[in-house]
This record gives sequence, structure tokens and C-alpha cells, in this order.
Amino acid sequence: MKAFNKNNIIQIIILVAIIIIGNVLVSVGIIDSYIELNIVLIGINIILAVSLNLIVGFTGLFSLGHAAFMSIGAYTSAVLTRNFNSPFIFAILMSGLVASLAGILIGIPTLRLKGDYLAIATLGFGEIVRVLALNNDYIGGAIGFNDIPQYTNWNYTFIMVVLTVVLISNFVKSSHGRACISIRENEIASEAMGINTTFYKVLAFAIGAFFAGIAGSLYANYFYFIKPDSFGFMKSIDILVMVVFGGLGSIPGSIIGALSLTVISTLLQSIPDLRMVIYAVILFLIMLFRPQGIMGDTEFRLLNKKEVKHNVSSKGK
Amino acid sequence: MEFVIQQLINGISLGSIYALIALGYTMVYGIINLINFAHGEIYMMGAFVGYALTTFLGLGFIPSLIISMITCSILGILIEKVAYKPLRSSSRISLLITAIAVSLFLQYIMVYFVGPETRTFPEVVDSERLMLFDGKVILDTRNIYILGITVILMVLLQYVVRKTKTGKAMRAVSQDKDAAELMGISVDKVISVTFAIGSALAGAAGVLVGIYYNTINPLMGSGPGLKAFVAAVLGGIGLIPGAVLGGFSLGLIETLVSAYGGSIYKDAVAFAILIIVLLLKPSGLLGKDVKEKV
Repeated sequence: MKAFNKNNIIQIIILVAIIIIGNVLVSVGIIDSYIELNIVLIGINIILAVSLNLIVGFTGLFSLGHAAFMSIGAYTSAVLTRNFNSPFIFAILMSGLVASLAGILIGIPTLRLKGDYLAIATLGFGEIVRVLALNNDYIGGAIGFNDIPQYTNWNYTFIMVVLTVVLISNFVKSSHGRACISIRENEIASEAMGINTTFYKVLAFAIGAFFAGIAGSLYANYFYFIKPDSFGFMKSIDILVMVVFGGLGSIPGSIIGALSLTVISTLLQSIPDLRMVIYAVILFLIMLFRPQGIMGDTEFRLLNKKEVKHNVSSKGK
Repeated sequence: MEFVIQQLINGISLGSIYALIALGYTMVYGIINLINFAHGEIYMMGAFVGYALTTFLGLGFIPSLIISMITCSILGILIEKVAYKPLRSSSRISLLITAIAVSLFLQYIMVYFVGPETRTFPEVVDSERLMLFDGKVILDTRNIYILGITVILMVLLQYVVRKTKTGKAMRAVSQDKDAAELMGISVDKVISVTFAIGSALAGAAGVLVGIYYNTINPLMGSGPGLKAFVAAVLGGIGLIPGAVLGGFSLGLIETLVSAYGGSIYKDAVAFAILIIVLLLKPSGLLGKDVKEKV
């Protein structure tokens, strides 16, 4: 397939148009700071959900520590932009790389574990990162990290969301992505087919962590202030819920999941007393009536209609 | 030396509580392979029921312990019937999220009704301090109560699981659900009994924490809940002796780490030990390795 075929050019034109429209709306004032806040939050959550979907949905690795990578990215970016005055784009990139490095370091030993045990190990990793951040004075400890310059805006958020979605969906369609899917479907069989399962598991983990780090960077440079407790176990669960709600192994699903759950939790802020109770009931109802998620495992076919639906849609156990 | 003994006494008390909660985790996991994240909240409810009984009804320690255990086991059965049973055939991940939803629901419904503030548990057990080693080691009678009740409950549990017909059915279901059903065992009933027993133990742990640390609040379940779960995995999840071993070791490790100046890192140490144990022996300290079958 040529890089500059009709579809790709149309897509790029549409994306550029959206960026310009967004900028116009911001400058005219139709998107005020409250709407912008929610758009940035939705963007960050989409990046987190899509990157976790690569790990949980496509590769079948049950991770409960995704917020830890986000926190590593957030702190990296905060330190770089505040203490070293580095340009934001460099900070974003470094956040991704540092988080990805952490993903590789934690992934190589723990990815030998399977199922629930992997979930517990990643949960433990997330808690360890949180406790270490709480007790590190350089990054503010329990008080939090203050005065982070606000660089994140509509442009950065949108471009990063598009990059994440495009890169991860292309990865999933590549032969490497198919290797990851084969690990999800049957690890022993894919190993017998000559796939280096450890390599691909760590690869998926590292890529997922990379984008989670980027999301962390956007988060830190939007809210001026971060603290270790924002990236605890519950944050990891929130991301997992978005992925499961949207549908494991469906990128459009993750986008819809992130969008709808962010909107739901924003709307619930008007009733602070019962917010978490209603959120819990909604979670339960979603799991009860749509356990496979809104989109099941539907692939991205919004624009590339000619793309053959090649993903194996067998429901694992 | 005296310092170490003092820390061992504190560690065993904390370990008893972890072990009681861990037993519920491990039993539920053994039967339906679910990490029941709502278990920590049942422990919290146990503490609150105990608080209500002792403060407003003026009941003594033992009656409130028993009533609180019964209330918790009813709550456990109710949670299983309402939340987990309709989802039993769906994927593990959605069951897990349901468990988290139940946990959030219980936490915040309690925050809504009783308020988020910390309450003081009344002194229902007279606390006498026994001085050992010329007063260098203090043994509180509450330490003895906690250990004593934990041991009694564990012996009872061991009796139920090993000697009664219900226990036999529980062990059968945990080995092979379908085969057990073919043998005429009502799997639904066994699952309910498991939830009831596990929740009763968590309720007991809640009351014991109330009398030992004297403070309770609606969010108290999440921390010890996670720790007890770590304890269950440490010993080998699904195994009753494993939960006891894991609970006591975790309690001792935490107290010793705090005693030697690492209190700010004690949570991290617990999880680091968990990861190391999982890497060296993925099935836990007492677990048997299962060969991978193709």
C-alpha cells in the first residue's frame, strides 16, 4: 500500500481541519477553559485507554499498574519543564521514553507470570512507585509537585491523541501486532509457531508504557500540580474500566470508553455526595449488561472501508 | 532483644488480622477464582457493626463479635447473589471490575450515611498491661485476645473444612466444579457457604481491629484489604494454611520494617516481597507448581 494514497490524504486533510477548527473555536471563545479542561481530560484518558488496550486487549496481559507509568511520565515531564526549563516537546518525548524504560525493567521479570499473578505483580509495582514518589523529597513527596508550567493545550492534546491512535492501530495491524494477538489467543501455540513470546510481551508493555508516559506528561503540564496519590491503584482501575467498557481489543471501543466514562464522571461532579456510589452502580450495570464492552472487538474501519477484516474474532476463554 | 520481642508481639497481632482477612480472600479465590476486592469492605462493615453494637446497644465484646460476624456473613451472601452470580459465566476481567464496583459502592454508601470522619471504638475489653523482662516488654491483654480469637476461629475453620460434609463439598468444588456438580453437590450453595464463612472471618477481623487500634472509618478497608490479599498470594492463594502463614509473615515483616526505621517504606516493602516471591515461586510459599499442559 502506498503511503500517499487517496484515503491517507483525505485523513490527513480531515485531521488538519479539526486542529484548525479547534484553534479557531478556542480563540473565538466558544471553547472556554471549562470545556478545554474536559477536552484535555478526555484526550489524556483516550491515550491511556488505547495504550492499555494494547497490553490487556491485544496482548492479553492483565495489567493493574498502568497509572504507575503515567505517574513516571508526569514526574519526568514536571521535573524537566520546571527545573530544567526544557521545551515541552522534548519533555513529552522523554516522559514516554522513561516510562517505557520502566516498563521494560518491570516487564522482563514479571511478564513470566500469567493471568491473575501478573495482575497482582503489576498492582504491586504500581503501589511501589506510589510509595517511592511519596517519600522522595526532590519531587515534593506527599505534598506534591507544584508550579509546573502549563504547556498542554488543544494542539498538543489532539496531536498526541491522533499519534497514539494511529501508531497503536498500525502496530496492531503489523506482523508484530499479529504476534501479540497470537499470544493473547494461545501462548503455547504461538510459541510453537516460533514467536518469541517474551520479546513481544515486553514490546507491548514498553509501547503501552510509552504512551501512558506521554499521557502523564500532558496531565502534569495541564494541571500545574501533581501528587503521588493521583496515580494510585484506583487510577489504574479507572483506565482498565474504560478499556473493558469500550471492548477489549477494540481501539474505537477504547476511545468511546474513555470519552463516555470521562463525561459520566464530569457530570457526576454536580452531585459530590453520591458521585462514587452512582459511579459504582454504573460500573456494575455495564458489566452486567455488556460484559464484552460496547464495541466487542471491532476493529478500526471508520475511514479505511476497503481494509479486510482480518482480525481473528474468536472469543478466548 | 527485648525490643525484638516487643515488635514480635505487635507483629503477631497485626498478622492475626491480616490472616483473618486473607482467609476470606483465599477461600473465595479457591472456589470461584475471583479476586474479591470487596472483601476489605466487608471487614470495614464488620468494624462498623461492632462499633454500633458496643456504642449504641452497649453490648459486650463477645456478643458484638458474634453478631457482627453473622451480619457480615449475610452481607457476603447478599453480595455474591446480587453482584457475582449473574456474571459467573462472563470473563474474569468483568468479574474483577464488578468486585471493584461493589467495593466502591460499600465504601461510599458508608461515607454517605455515616460520614467520612474517623470514629473512636469504645474500650470494651479491659486493657491490662503485663510487664515482662523488667518492664521492657509490654504485653497488652488485647494482644492476647486478638491472638486467642484468631486461633479459635482458625481451628473452627479447619474443623469445618476438614471434618464436615460442607467442608468436603467445598474442597470438591475448588478442585473441579463440574465433577462436583455431577456428584450431586449444589455448587451454588457451596459458593454461598464459602462467602458466608470468609465474610464472617473478615467481620471478626474488623471488630478486633476496632478494639486494638480504637479507630475506624469508612475507607479503612482498602489498605488492609490489599495487604491481606498480598498475604494470601504470598502463602499461596487458594490454600488455607497459606493464608495463615502469609498473614502472620506479612504482619511480622511490616512491624519489623517499621521498627527499624523504614515505616515510610513499609507498604512498598510488602509489595516488593510479594513480587520477589511471585518471581521465585509463582504459586506462593506453600503452593504446588502446576505443570503447563498443552
